Amino acid sequence: MTTATLSRWDRFRESFLWYSFKRDKVAIASFIVLLSMVLSAIFAPLLAPADPYDLAQINIMNSELPPVGLDGSDPAFPLGTDAQGRDLLSTILYGTRVSLLIGFGAVVLQAALGILFGLLAGYLGGRVDSILMRIADVQLSFSTLMVAIIVGAVFKASFGNLMFGEVAIYMLIFIIGVAEWPQIARTVRASVLAEKKKEYVDAAKVMGFRTRRIMFRHILPNTLSPIFVIATVQIANAIISEAALSFLGLGMPETQPSLGSLIKSGFDYIQSGSWWISLIPGLVLVVLVLVINLLGDWLRDVMNPRLYKG
Amino acid sequence: MLAFLVQRISQAVLVMFVISVIAFAIQDGLGDPLQQMVGMSVSQDEREAIREEMGLNDPLVVQYVRFAGNALQGDLGISYFYGKPTMDVILEHLPATLELVIGASLIIIIFSVPIGVFAAIRPQAWLSKFFMGVSTVGISIPVFLTAIVLIQIFSIGVTVDWFPQDAGWGQWLNAALSTEGGLPSYGRGDDLTPLFGTWESGFFSQGGLLHLILPSVSLASIMLPLFIRLIRAEMMEVLQSDYIRYARAKGLSSSRVYFLHALKNTMLPVITVGGVQIGIMVAYTILTETVFQWPGVGLMFLEAITRSDIPLIVAYLMVVGLIFVITNTVVDLIYGLVNPTVKLTGKKA
Repeated sequence: MTTATLSRWDRFRESFLWYSFKRDKVAIASFIVLLSMVLSAIFAPLLAPADPYDLAQINIMNSELPPVGLDGSDPAFPLGTDAQGRDLLSTILYGTRVSLLIGFGAVVLQAALGILFGLLAGYLGGRVDSILMRIADVQLSFSTLMVAIIVGAVFKASFGNLMFGEVAIYMLIFIIGVAEWPQIARTVRASVLAEKKKEYVDAAKVMGFRTRRIMFRHILPNTLSPIFVIATVQIANAIISEAALSFLGLGMPETQPSLGSLIKSGFDYIQSGSWWISLIPGLVLVVLVLVINLLGDWLRDVMNPRLYKG
Repeated sequence: MLAFLVQRISQAVLVMFVISVIAFAIQDGLGDPLQQMVGMSVSQDEREAIREEMGLNDPLVVQYVRFAGNALQGDLGISYFYGKPTMDVILEHLPATLELVIGASLIIIIFSVPIGVFAAIRPQAWLSKFFMGVSTVGISIPVFLTAIVLIQIFSIGVTVDWFPQDAGWGQWLNAALSTEGGLPSYGRGDDLTPLFGTWESGFFSQGGLLHLILPSVSLASIMLPLFIRLIRAEMMEVLQSDYIRYARAKGLSSSRVYFLHALKNTMLPVITVGGVQIGIMVAYTILTETVFQWPGVGLMFLEAITRSDIPLIVAYLMVVGLIFVITNTVVDLIYGLVNPTVKLTGKKA
């Protein structure tokens, strides 16, 4: 057991991936920033000075306090407080957690859908291919954000506000996952088309393997690197989409805020001078999305897959 | 060419059919028009009678055909909130959105072409690297956040007092980093010029133009990095081609080579991609209009959602769907016209 993990670790250290990572300062910096954000989001309950979900800890008298260093700030609230008197640092930590959870969840869902439909379209071809890709074309031409807004609007109108607030996390994962599957499906399909012609697939066919086994056990592992690259960028897209939906009031409720709904709730107070409520979470959001995008760029350069160009 | 035309148009009709089915399903699934019309006091029997009279008991297919037939004549029902035909409500709000999109497109064209061309001609210059870096960061900033930052800086104003006020350089730095604000960030202003129909334009008065600045800059900010990258990539590819080398060998001035010969072939893919992107901008107008309370169709749609104004939601879906389908089809057709090598049949691998 230990030898297996050791040798895997050694193999990783010998790999081109690790080699090029060590030489790329932007990639290292982005990775460190991302890792620390993910870790602080995961351990938010331990790190955060206050629990923003706990109404008993909130005092309305503390509302709209500025960050430390400005007039009228309170050292108990390093980044200030929002309009309800919640500690902004804690709310941001919890909000990053919600945003990351939705981002990862949505990408897992769209990867599942995209891989399944991409494999089917690419390997089976013919009618299945043209129907699936036509649906993908139409959905992409509408822009994923538009599809997500419409689906979100329909959900919200049919569930009502209260009910929607309770299931919002799952709804958002579902909405963004369904809205963005074509991106991954097209990439998978393109690389399946290239793999399909190779000899090992013919060999597997001759040996009499079933179609399903060839698709998932033989072809899929060889299409993983483009999936990996595009999934990274898609996490950033999903986080932006979630923030946009929450900003429009179609996402996370204010009682359980994500970065997007924090920005929204702060926007209502920006005219009264409390810029920090929306701009500090905004900065966190931009940094999060930027480092993921930079890592995605680096992965694309290293793995150099044939990505589908839209 | 005719086959291509027929294929594209029939595809557009099919997509419009699917959109109308979805819109009909939403209307049917979400709204009970009866509940909106009658009060609690109406008895069960009377309700049944009205249902029968309104045709709500007909088979779904019959109801859909009626819905689609009305939609074809421009009748998409009556808005619950405004109490008038939804098409009228949309037509009242459409000019504001169109002006916003026009303003943003102008900004995109004015800035993306020179910057993209410069970055392609001098890829190593620090200015090009600066622009490319800014566009990478720009892609990562959501449009509503850009809008909020712009409001903070140019509408509310920023006072900087980090540097010592008594030193000359400190005072200068403080003044240089502070902004006065004052640009309008709410609505379209009062001095609009009536053009025709419901179209009141903000392009012909100072107040209207001032109100346009922040919203259109925000909307442009999301597309500008994309276009700069696209123009740069296309231009670099064109500059590698033989005819450019020939033009240079002939001794033409480099400005003539760049702007007459190279730019022409760069713009073709840019225009087709751009046409599709302008359709996608509709989605971003919802965000921009929400931030700036811009009275266009995007804000109207969002308000319709909060008010559960189902006929208006459905009508918006149909109109926006139509806009998307028309832009995509026209862009496809233009591309087919100017580039005859485009495949006539569907994608066959």
